[in-house]
Amino acid sequence: MILRPRLEDIKNIGYYLGKIILGLGFTMLVPLIAGLALFKEPQPALDFLISTEITILVGLGLSWLCRTNRDLSTAQGMVVISLSWLAAMFLSAIPLFLSGHFKSFLDACFEAMSGLSTTGLVLVQDLDHLSRTHNLWRHLGPFIGGQGIAIIAISFLVGGTSGALKMYVGEGRDEKLVPNVIHTARFIWLISIVYLILGTIALGIVGLSIGLKPSSAFFHAICIFMAGFDTAGFAPMSQNILYYHSGVFEIVAIVFMILGALNFNLHYQLWSGKHKELWRSIETRSFLLIITLVSLTIMLGFNHFGIYPQLMTMFRKGFFHIISAHTTTGYGTLYSQQFIKEWGDFALTGIIFAMALGGCACSSAGGIKMLRVGIIYKALREDIKKIMLPDSAVVAQKFHHIKTVFLEDKQVRGVLIITIGYILLYGLGALIGTILGYPLLESLFESVSAAGNVGLSVGITDAGMPLALKVTYIIEMWAGRLELMSVFALLGFIVAFIKGR
Amino acid sequence: MIMKKIVLSQIIFIIAPLIFCFQCCAQTISSSELIKDAKQYDGKNVTYQGEVVGDIMMRGEFAWLNINDGSNAIGIWINKKLIKDIFYTGSYQAKGDLVEITGKFNRSCIEHGGDLDIHAQSINKIASGSKIYHAVNTKAINFTLSLSGIILLVLFLRLHHSRKAISARFF
Repeated sequence: MILRPRLEDIKNIGYYLGKIILGLGFTMLVPLIAGLALFKEPQPALDFLISTEITILVGLGLSWLCRTNRDLSTAQGMVVISLSWLAAMFLSAIPLFLSGHFKSFLDACFEAMSGLSTTGLVLVQDLDHLSRTHNLWRHLGPFIGGQGIAIIAISFLVGGTSGALKMYVGEGRDEKLVPNVIHTARFIWLISIVYLILGTIALGIVGLSIGLKPSSAFFHAICIFMAGFDTAGFAPMSQNILYYHSGVFEIVAIVFMILGALNFNLHYQLWSGKHKELWRSIETRSFLLIITLVSLTIMLGFNHFGIYPQLMTMFRKGFFHIISAHTTTGYGTLYSQQFIKEWGDFALTGIIFAMALGGCACSSAGGIKMLRVGIIYKALREDIKKIMLPDSAVVAQKFHHIKTVFLEDKQVRGVLIITIGYILLYGLGALIGTILGYPLLESLFESVSAAGNVGLSVGITDAGMPLALKVTYIIEMWAGRLELMSVFALLGFIVAFIKGR
Repeated sequence: MIMKKIVLSQIIFIIAPLIFCFQCCAQTISSSELIKDAKQYDGKNVTYQGEVVGDIMMRGEFAWLNINDGSNAIGIWINKKLIKDIFYTGSYQAKGDLVEITGKFNRSCIEHGGDLDIHAQSINKIASGSKIYHAVNTKAINFTLSLSGIILLVLFLRLHHSRKAISARFF
């Protein structure tokens, strides 16, 4: 028998949802202040004042109407997270829509979800004339969403309750860096802000050296860092990374894409002086192995089909996009149509493969994740060993991820459920794309890009694409970022509300 | 007879510039065409028109311009002596100069790491850009003030409610 959620359950969800929305409202003060004080753009700043007020009002109202002292259950924590991402999408879309650079509010919602989920697919119109205030918000979205919307609330607005842990887990993270979840959340912010400062300085210096004006150089640097480290792939100009026409800029971007795709726990270990963890971890090993295999395959394909005239150009274009796809960033130095017209099916398949697998767990990267790929490989090896060895032999597999652990069936089961969920999500998006008249390979590419939170496009994502496809990609980006479980919890909650007694 | 000649010469006088203009326009290739049929245009001289956007990035004796024709922006590698007339570049604050460039199109430029670009030989400023003034919307200001009032009311009600709750608990 399914139990219908009681009023207290709904109040509990509403209270924490209100807190998260309130946190989002405070982050809108950043572009508001920057718009007034730095960029001298009063109208865009006004757009943010309106949006901040609406967001704070919704947050205040919800947390007051639903005030409670009760703690969250695991299921409620997941429902809070699912709903907070949807609420954040609608509220973050308000200033974007007010900019006048979107054809509809749905397009602004698409862009907002794309940013928050660190995807990077764009529907903005005339990006080259967008105000810096709005552009800063586009890039701040990935920085907030990459670390986790709930992380803001956990760090500053929610007390040391077990509800904080449940919300943290609901955002697709099950690893705590330190025993206390609030300290973990604050450490994630510390890592991100230190890298933000270093990254902005590094990219700013490169920007100056390639001829950008000082104000542009540092504005572009902060935007590119936030979208690169948080594996979103947004850029302030319509040409994305191609705008800079610089190999050095691309190399620095590659470094930050890789850093962003590494597990926050691994960053913590490195910061604690345990440098060997970088090589011992199953994730980094899987990551390196897959990058090498995909790179070799794509380079062979390029060479066979004579796509690039020189080895150096082949490497620069190929490697940059493989890293961009594998880290699920989505930065590009090609026009989307070039993938289809020039790269051909062979290279596209390689990129789809890299996008589908994604970066490391507990990072801002999307996709199936390296930890799961590594565990599946280990499980497969264990099963093959069992077949090969005598029946009486005891076979045990272990792997190293922060600490060395023995592989358990329960662990493999959990990993396989999520992996199958991702594969189904990729397939479903591709199926809808083909039903709407797009070729299969292109539909699959775009679907994997959306659900894996990548952001590379073959040109399907456009303001003129069917409404159904826009909604499909929004759902894919949302479900992909939350690693499906929180979305399942929300669906279960809705079913319980309708059918429960 | 003389009338006929006059009419004919007038027709030629009117039509000839139109034909010339048409030819000029026909030679201009859009960014979408260049990207879509990049192999066809690779290594050929093309004429491309659009607005200069973003920064002009100086690189020694040359510079990078990014020119947007409304669909895409394409990178233009150009001698810096040729861009002295460019004053406005497109941004939130300004509409960039409209230029027409002629040069060699590269699908995958060997000199520039495989980028799709145009190495310009000539540039012609068609129209000058201008500053864009963005007026502040007074309706938006009124709306903001109303929202501020509602937030203050909610905060007051919250405070009032919590005070009542404290008094009820202790007194």
